[in-house]
Amino acid sequence: MKLLVCISKTPETTAKISFSDDGTSFNSDGVQFIMNPYDEWYALVRAVELAESNGGEVTVLHVGESSSDIIIRKALSIGAHKAARVDAVPTSSMFVATQIVNYVKNNPQDIVFFGKETIDYNGAEVGSMVSEMLDLPYISFASKLEKQGDVFHCDRDIEGGIQTVELSPPFAISAAKGMAEQRIPNMKAIMMSKRKPLEVLEPFQVDEKVSISQYNLPPSKSGVKLIDADNMEELVRLLKDVEKVL
Amino acid sequence: MSVLVFAENFKGLCKKASLEAVFYGNKLASALGQDLHVLTIGEITNLEDLALYGATNIHQISKSSVVDFDSQQFAKAISAQADALEASTVIFAHSAQGKSVAGRVAVRMQAGLVSAVNSIPEISDGFSVGKSLFSGKALAKYQIEGNKRVLTLVGNAVLIEEVSATPNIQDSSIALEESKIKVVKTSTVEGIVPLPEAELVVSAGRGMKGPENWGVIEELADAMGATTACSRPVADADWRPHHEHVGQTGVAIRPNLYIAIGISGAIQHLAGVNNSKVIVVINKDEEAPFFKAADYGIVGDLFDVVPKLTAAYNKVMAN
Repeated sequence: MKLLVCISKTPETTAKISFSDDGTSFNSDGVQFIMNPYDEWYALVRAVELAESNGGEVTVLHVGESSSDIIIRKALSIGAHKAARVDAVPTSSMFVATQIVNYVKNNPQDIVFFGKETIDYNGAEVGSMVSEMLDLPYISFASKLEKQGDVFHCDRDIEGGIQTVELSPPFAISAAKGMAEQRIPNMKAIMMSKRKPLEVLEPFQVDEKVSISQYNLPPSKSGVKLIDADNMEELVRLLKDVEKVL
Repeated sequence: MSVLVFAENFKGLCKKASLEAVFYGNKLASALGQDLHVLTIGEITNLEDLALYGATNIHQISKSSVVDFDSQQFAKAISAQADALEASTVIFAHSAQGKSVAGRVAVRMQAGLVSAVNSIPEISDGFSVGKSLFSGKALAKYQIEGNKRVLTLVGNAVLIEEVSATPNIQDSSIALEESKIKVVKTSTVEGIVPLPEAELVVSAGRGMKGPENWGVIEELADAMGATTACSRPVADADWRPHHEHVGQTGVAIRPNLYIAIGISGAIQHLAGVNNSKVIVVINKDEEAPFFKAADYGIVGDLFDVVPKLTAAYNKVMAN
């Protein structure tokens, strides 16, 4: 069984977000980057678990420059067998999706894993695009994936509930909370990850349709209005009559 | 040319997220000088609600009472309908279905995709639209080139008003292909508004000291008709179910009112809730970082404050 996990790099969750003075680019000074948590904790760990219990090979695929090798090595230390990096700045969802599709066409996979979204651009776009370009079924926001004989059973989030579906590979899936638990690699796994293969690939050109013209920080709150604990009726009236949220 | 809105079918009903998408689509269609068309899949019993927000032309694919969602099958049908109507723009709610299918439709239409948009597009100079990034810590303006685009609209970003139209309901000539996904079981929570669409949320954290103390939270939520939520440590300790966890790695919410009780306000928690319109924080520690992100704050013991708030709510709202 061939399992591909697509990983992205994001600022760590507590990073202070800022932009260039003219608001046209993200300021990465002093920002620590990590593997996108949904890709790591849920997609990658579940793929590794499936390979451990059923046999198979887990490949991690990343679109980024060599500064990303540190997170690729981390993915290998968590248990992926090999890695590929498309050597390019990931400029848009369509750009990244095209690189992934190009890789899968040359290296066919049974399951392509994504995290449910990245914590920086919050798009949830790439998995859906890749699935269409490869004409694969796509289960998004999956919280469980189990192999049952020749087929897979998968729990996915639907509005207001959970649905269990059955399907056969090849397919694509995006992983949400519940799919697996975070794994901390031990020293031996970290050492071994350095000897695992990391292939570097040239990017495929893409006709970009979408770009960001301006970044802004959200307007800051004007300051908290403190209300005395014995005056809850005033709070309710403010919420009802001034804020009009009740 | 036209603007096409996909109105999602939730057990036979179009809910608020779809009404918002229709209202948004109608605004955009008028600005572009194009017609608005709305597409539904499966039997819908409240099509007149869509008309209230501007849906003049409604196209229905399949009248079956149960059509399980499959992004592959839906994307083919939606993009075929978009082609038939020469749609310039296709709009979805930024929901589980919308997120899952929008990228596929964008690929099929060779359109530019921007997901989670939160404002009406500006079309005076090209086509640009806003969205929030970094879990609400930043905003960005996206530019879309070309004459086709796909957008997903986050909930609670537009204030819908009734514009009222007479619906012309037509059976679409497009048929659904067979699905490669088989639904084994569907379980939905009954009687509770799910967190992503809740307008009022009452949330509590470690300050509660233990799961046995949640009665005061539930009483407040029940009185208000609010949905309950919690912070990550509380879900991780199994004091509350995981689906209640709001924050960066849990559910991101955009309610009108978020009441945070006994939650310190770690940055990862704020990332999931800072799109709330109004935030009320109740904490005994006046230094709790959450107060900086709050609109209203009460410094005090939650076991004293929360029952008083419930009583005050009942009293004020009864008048």
